[in-house]
Amino acid sequence: MNHAAVVPASHGEHPETATGLNTWKLGFWVLLGSETLFFGSLIATYLTYKGESVVGPYPHEILNIPLTSISTFVLLMSSLMMVLALAAVQRGDRKGTLVWLMATALLGSLFLGFQSYEFTHFYHAGLTLETNLFGSTFFVLTGFHGAHVTVGVIWLLVLWAMALRGRLTQADALKVEIAGLYWHFVDIVWIVIFTLIYLIQ
Amino acid sequence: MATAEATVPAAAAEPRGLWSWLTTVDHKRIGILYGVTALAFFIIGGIEALLIRIQLARPENTFLDPDTYNQLFTMHGTTMIFLVAMPLAVAFFNYVVPLQIGARDVAFPRLNALSYWIFLLGGLVLNSSWLFGAAPDGGWFGYAPLSERQYSPGLNMDFWAIGLQILGIASILGGINFITTIINLRAPGMRLMRMPLFTWMTLVTSFLLITAMPVIAVALFFLQFDRNYGTNFFVPSAGGDPILWQHLFWMFGHPEVYILVLPAFGIISDVIPTFSRKPLFGYAIMVYSGILIGFIGWGVWSHHMFATGLGPIADSFFSVATMIIAIPTGVKIFNWLATMWGGSLRFTTAMLYAVGMIAVFTIGGVSGVHHSVAPADLQQTDTYYVVAHFHYVILAIILAFFAGIYYWFPKITGRMMDERLGKWSFAFTFVGGNVLFFPMHFIGLLGMPRRTWTYFSELNLGGLNLLSTIGAFTMAFGVLLVLINMVRSARRGEPAPANPWGAATLEWATSSPPPVYNFARIPTIHSREPLWDEHGGKLQTEDLVQLEPGQRIHLPSPSYWPLVTAIGVAATFVLFMTQTWWAPLLGVAVTAIGVINWAFEPAH
Repeated sequence: MNHAAVVPASHGEHPETATGLNTWKLGFWVLLGSETLFFGSLIATYLTYKGESVVGPYPHEILNIPLTSISTFVLLMSSLMMVLALAAVQRGDRKGTLVWLMATALLGSLFLGFQSYEFTHFYHAGLTLETNLFGSTFFVLTGFHGAHVTVGVIWLLVLWAMALRGRLTQADALKVEIAGLYWHFVDIVWIVIFTLIYLIQ
Repeated sequence: MATAEATVPAAAAEPRGLWSWLTTVDHKRIGILYGVTALAFFIIGGIEALLIRIQLARPENTFLDPDTYNQLFTMHGTTMIFLVAMPLAVAFFNYVVPLQIGARDVAFPRLNALSYWIFLLGGLVLNSSWLFGAAPDGGWFGYAPLSERQYSPGLNMDFWAIGLQILGIASILGGINFITTIINLRAPGMRLMRMPLFTWMTLVTSFLLITAMPVIAVALFFLQFDRNYGTNFFVPSAGGDPILWQHLFWMFGHPEVYILVLPAFGIISDVIPTFSRKPLFGYAIMVYSGILIGFIGWGVWSHHMFATGLGPIADSFFSVATMIIAIPTGVKIFNWLATMWGGSLRFTTAMLYAVGMIAVFTIGGVSGVHHSVAPADLQQTDTYYVVAHFHYVILAIILAFFAGIYYWFPKITGRMMDERLGKWSFAFTFVGGNVLFFPMHFIGLLGMPRRTWTYFSELNLGGLNLLSTIGAFTMAFGVLLVLINMVRSARRGEPAPANPWGAATLEWATSSPPPVYNFARIPTIHSREPLWDEHGGKLQTEDLVQLEPGQRIHLPSPSYWPLVTAIGVAATFVLFMTQTWWAPLLGVAVTAIGVINWAFEPAH
């Protein structure tokens, strides 16, 4: 998250990029484009194997829509907190930055807590990676999503620690903005997963 | 250089020694690392090919046993695609693209170093399998369930899946870097439609990399989880579908073909105008057809799967899509010819290789159209006809890369390659390559299956196969001459001027080799041929390279964190082989340490 490489060429001469877009932000959008294909392949596999399991437990027996609706709401709210954190750092509000970054990270962790509860519950109900195609596709898809959320939480906590030590000022708003792009992306992926796996059975 | 160096500030002076290579973030050095590594793997992959050809030189030969043969053809294919053709293209991306667009480095120099180190470690992991006597043996496509634990119980296919997984990450990161570099770091006036064709094809290829590699990453995760953690993705008894593997693999695998060939198109689209002394014919249509190939390349993957019985609708769709992709490709061939038409041609070695590429690629393209006809394809599937087809395409790619080596070598080393030896090398690679692969068309149509370690003498294929083997050794000698020429010329070649070929594009405006900062003054671009247009006279190399008194150029500092991070990434996947859930987390921890230290490292 270092700006120095943004315009390695151009100090003093051509500080602008060819498009006017920030290089870090552009590169990050490209990464998210790549991630779309990653999650797209995982989701397509889940849908291909829907109803193909030869033994139970089957999705309708085990998925808990009310509980997951709550955890989805938690994750959606964390995106709101992320927006507030970015707004705070952009207007140079250090206290607001600290509060909203921590709120985002906490809601993200709460989502992960829901997910571990769900995984443990499924395990005790007899659904593991090895049980059937539903278990394999479900755990690998949601597991990769959970891993992305975990990376996001760590990222947010690092930013929070930087803010605490006064190293995240108005000039560093881009760092929060890019973390926000990631966070919103992971959130949107969850909305797709929640819709396709939980709501449309 | 000698005069320029006096005014180079300490921070910008060229560092020396092994440590400077381990920590370099300079796109030119990373390009050289990619190139040298890829050529080393080329020798390994070439030896594997020669062993295969010795075995097939006569019927019912016992030079190799079937197991070794399986390992050799799997590793030959995997090596040539992932460790030779892709990284050679990336070597040119690295060295040439920033110079062509007037940038001082890529957008993310340390990420670039990370890509290289991950690629190197992936290649080493893959090839370390030989030391365990367990080289991958399930084909470069790794069809499940053959590649599953039940049918491939050894570590062989673990090495394959893990090696490719590591290499794929390097490719995705490289793709991100080059898209951002080309979009954002162009010099003033270097509009998109003024970029050299090689830069354009790099851009299209990078988009294919970031979209195709995640798909195989997912397929490889499924395979590794099936093999090591008991999932059922490709286990037919649990409802798993082998066809899903083929879809995921070829959804990556066909764009991959264009990942290999578009850089080759880009190289010869720069070489041919230079040695015809004419601007590229139909520049805009060349750009658009490259983009179109990239798009349609995403909609043809199932032509690899006609024999699986997808049904008439899918077969028709993928047949037609495959035929359509021949149109933009044909446009390119005609435009190269039209560029040469009426030009003042100079047949340097680079030009010979470029023209040879057009001929060879046309043959490979025509047999490709044969495969697009589904009923014909059913006859050709799994025969040597398919082997003939894709080796013609890949021979064309290699000829284009050799054109690139002869073309850009003076820029990279500051020395000219030996043209006399160069023409001999062309004669041997071109003639040898055709003698090697052309008989395979007949061998295939006469019924010889691929991936089989031997054939019966009753098939009467011994003569054609022997001819093919003679071609293989002829071509290998030609490749050897290229390598000898490179080593000799790097040490004793004639000093190269900034623009030895009188080329039109920006990389020839800076000195040979370029200073570490590429350009002291970033030029403003007014046309597609900046060194040929009326402003070109003003682009004096001296002015572009000489630092003004007191001028300081900030360059990104060397860093060893990319290397640490790459070790973490490679370790994560290698530790899948322990079949425990916690061991890969050790690799994740090393990766995290690398990334966090990297993020807080001061960049100047």
